[in-house]
Amino acid sequence: MIKLVFLAQFREKLQLSELPFELEKTPITVENLKCELAKKGERWREIFDCEKVLCAVNQEMATPEFAIYDGDEVAFFPPVTGG
Amino acid sequence: MVSVQNEDFDVAHEYAALCAKAAKSGAIVTFVGRVRDYGDYKDVETITLEHYPGMTEKMLQNIIDEANEKWAIQAVSIVHRVGELAAGAQIVFVGVASSHRANAFAACEFIMDFLKTKAPFWKKEKTADGQQWVEQKASDLDRIERWTK
Repeated sequence: MIKLVFLAQFREKLQLSELPFELEKTPITVENLKCELAKKGERWREIFDCEKVLCAVNQEMATPEFAIYDGDEVAFFPPVTGG
Repeated sequence: MVSVQNEDFDVAHEYAALCAKAAKSGAIVTFVGRVRDYGDYKDVETITLEHYPGMTEKMLQNIIDEANEKWAIQAVSIVHRVGELAAGAQIVFVGVASSHRANAFAACEFIMDFLKTKAPFWKKEKTADGQQWVEQKASDLDRIERWTK
């Protein structure tokens, strides 16, 4: 089980800030997880297929090839706009 | 020092804290970012800043650590506000203390450039027409290139 976290526009679009998610097999890459999530529905597809999606695993920025394991916290968010 | 908070900050107080931490510094550079009343969409009334609690503080500290590796600096302070802020309100403070001004100016600019592209904050603007999320600017990404050459 991993913990998905959604922030900013993604949180708004999915109406979800967090979601426990069972992985069929582990580890899974960030890129493959995005493909899985895109299949969950129209709003998911709009985010994970189309938008620029950044990812952090256990609060560290992760590349598409990064491996996710059981127990990880995986956050998805748009490009940042602080400062 | 890193702080992510809703409360406003006082520049004089932050400056005094830097002086106390870096008593031997000859230069202190400070920067304040404020809410413009004209953003991506006209006539901004307020902005709301969201962040990723836990990761935000870590990323800000990482940026400070990078600045420390590049320049000889004695103290750094970052205060970034979150929540709903009115037009004209202070958003972010960056202060850098160093022996001489060149390092202090460079490190302060570097920290702001990286904060704008790496720190997990997101802004939403409220105008008369409703609320819209701010988009990341290409110009902010371009500024990062300068520091990697």
